[in-house]
Amino acid sequence: MLNAENLPRGPYQTYHEWYASQDPAHLIQKSRDAENIFRKTGITFAVYGHADSSEKLIPFDIIPRIISAREWRKLAQGIEQRVLALNAFLDDIYHKQEIIRAGRIPRALIEKNDAFLPEMIGFKPPGGVYTHIVGTDIVRTGEDQFYVLEDNARTPSGVSYMLENRETMMQMFPELFTLNKVQRVEDYPYLLRQSLASLAPPGCKGKPRVAVLTPGIYNSAYYEHSFLADTMGVELVEGSDLRVMDGKVKMRTTRGYEAIDVLYRRVDDDFLDPLTFRPDSALGIPGIMDVYRSGNITIANAPGTGISDDKAIYSYMPEIVEFYTGRKPILENVPTWRCSEADSLKYVLEHLEELVVKEVHGSGGYGMLVGPTASKKERADFADKLKAKPANYIAQPTLSLSTVPILVNKGIAPRHVDLRPYVLVSDKVRIIPGGLTRVALKQGSLVVNSSQGGGTKDTWVLED
Amino acid sequence: MLGRTANGLYWMFRYIERAENIARLVDAGLRVSLTRAGSSDEDWDGVLQSAGVREAFGEVHETLTAANAIDYLLRDRANPSSVMSCIDSGRNNARMVRTALTRETWEATNECWIELKQLLDRKIKAAELPEVIDVIKRRAGLIRGAFHGSMLRNDLYNFSRIGTFIERADNTSRILDVKYYVLLPAVSQVGSSLDNFQWESILRSVSAHRSYGWVYDAEYRPANIADFLILNVRMPRSLAYCYEKIVSNLGYLEADYGERHKAHDTAGAIKTMLKRGSIGDVMDQGLHEFLEDFISRNNQLSAEISEGYRFYH
Repeated sequence: MLNAENLPRGPYQTYHEWYASQDPAHLIQKSRDAENIFRKTGITFAVYGHADSSEKLIPFDIIPRIISAREWRKLAQGIEQRVLALNAFLDDIYHKQEIIRAGRIPRALIEKNDAFLPEMIGFKPPGGVYTHIVGTDIVRTGEDQFYVLEDNARTPSGVSYMLENRETMMQMFPELFTLNKVQRVEDYPYLLRQSLASLAPPGCKGKPRVAVLTPGIYNSAYYEHSFLADTMGVELVEGSDLRVMDGKVKMRTTRGYEAIDVLYRRVDDDFLDPLTFRPDSALGIPGIMDVYRSGNITIANAPGTGISDDKAIYSYMPEIVEFYTGRKPILENVPTWRCSEADSLKYVLEHLEELVVKEVHGSGGYGMLVGPTASKKERADFADKLKAKPANYIAQPTLSLSTVPILVNKGIAPRHVDLRPYVLVSDKVRIIPGGLTRVALKQGSLVVNSSQGGGTKDTWVLED
Repeated sequence: MLGRTANGLYWMFRYIERAENIARLVDAGLRVSLTRAGSSDEDWDGVLQSAGVREAFGEVHETLTAANAIDYLLRDRANPSSVMSCIDSGRNNARMVRTALTRETWEATNECWIELKQLLDRKIKAAELPEVIDVIKRRAGLIRGAFHGSMLRNDLYNFSRIGTFIERADNTSRILDVKYYVLLPAVSQVGSSLDNFQWESILRSVSAHRSYGWVYDAEYRPANIADFLILNVRMPRSLAYCYEKIVSNLGYLEADYGERHKAHDTAGAIKTMLKRGSIGDVMDQGLHEFLEDFISRNNQLSAEISEGYRFYH
């Protein structure tokens, strides 16, 4: 919130004045009120492996993170460029594979990757769109220095928190929204529905019928699935509701079976179709891939998009962006060492205490080593794992992440954050001005994942 | 609407209705034990029977005491019909059909679950019992109020209502069946304090001891009590009232979908039987036989509804 001279940074000026006039005890009380709102609404998530604490609240911090219109414009341009490149890359590797032929990416990296689906080769999804919904994770290290940490191009989660955080803030501090001109995020569900419906398959005659596919109430993100179906005004379906009939995917209704045209699936590729992928999957729909390939359903995001946000591919993103857009990337990649390469592995092993080492296929902050905060023994153990399977890991420097203020009992304190804006792709790219700010609640911590004790904040993008 | 959603709404409202009815049964049991001299533990036998869990209770508890019975009925998650189990199941169904519920209805259900989970987390002391029962009834009332005040009157509403009344008809007929012998003319001694007391307890377990007085001039007669709970169409927990509602809600679905199922005929036949019959006929047939037959037809209807509207497949 403050700059080097201890004065409020530009976008925080109005908020800072307001904050200074507030009674601290009152704010602590408001913070509790917010928690009650979340509990009452049932905005919870499940932590796997905790049987007795199966529903948890994600801690919510009531101090918004504020981004100026100027800062946002740069971010938005960079994100759009990157998302267009991702789609072009997917289209290429499932068709002509020019980027491989040009020698910019090793063939083995694509074809030996579990996230690459040979079933998608030669198939063009409706509208040529692979990633209908993207959540790009971004961190900031300086006034104008942004890095992309991850491109979540499979099924990015958390957008319900972006919307509920805003709703909660507007309920609790209406006056802040008259003092500050904050850009709207509330249209996300309408835009999502429009965007999905505009990419109906060729076999759809008439008004496209959209549905959200969830693994069910025990899934960690179930709240979000029901929230999205509810706010879009579409059915929330499970695999057991669906079957393939007459070449279409149909859902069992109280009046009989009715066709679905666009399926926003929140189920991983592996579980989507037991006839094509994992035969033991009870979450999917046997035969849906055949319907998909014959142009009678749109699946969002397309199967096989996971190859584009794989951590091993990530390190090639600057080349990918340049290859397909012909321009230098606007947003930077975090420098990344691929441990599969002997030189890099050597460097990483020698500098473990400075680096963050991640599993190539991991997510949720599991299975990673944060060098600077790890113990000697943890580092030594991790080095053994690295040597055993180097291709499984990448390493990155620990960035000096920016901090934003959070409310603590003694007032405010700085904590590290990242930002996940949400992007919708149809015939155009739409980026919702805002996103999910995740914050590491422990002092000094760099891990913001909700499964590891991170919290969230409302994210404001101001108007000019 | 998805068949699974209809199923979820139907069971959500069955479970909430059941939770409330169990609380009412415990209330009546408590009343009995407070007003009667001497040991009251065996009075709980009847309460457990009315709740349909006497046998299952025996598998967990060797001795029947008031404390055991109350604990089993309110808190025990091993008992699928305990208030806590019902609220768990009701809320799980509500989560599953969340997109079909208004925010008010969902929040009332979720807050009911949050409060009861906390309240029933430890054993209830005798002194706290009236307050606990009150909270359960109040919370169920809030769900009902939110539901009535905010839900569209469409098929979602119809399936919810049908669930409520199938469950209620089942509960009322079980309460009557457990105590049917005290309503038989041959064994009752009209005016004896023992019988008055038994009858009042039946009425109390369906929250009808006051309204009975308004309708039948406050005079306890077994035939009137049976008439009130079985045939009186103005009594909201009577079998006749439940079937008025079931038939009208099934009628809306028929009009809406343009489709008639076996369930429509079954429900219609039961309604006609309750409308045309007199309490004399019921007593002649044998109250116990009548109730047994009713319970099984009510179950059959439930199965036909889930079949006709594709709840499961």
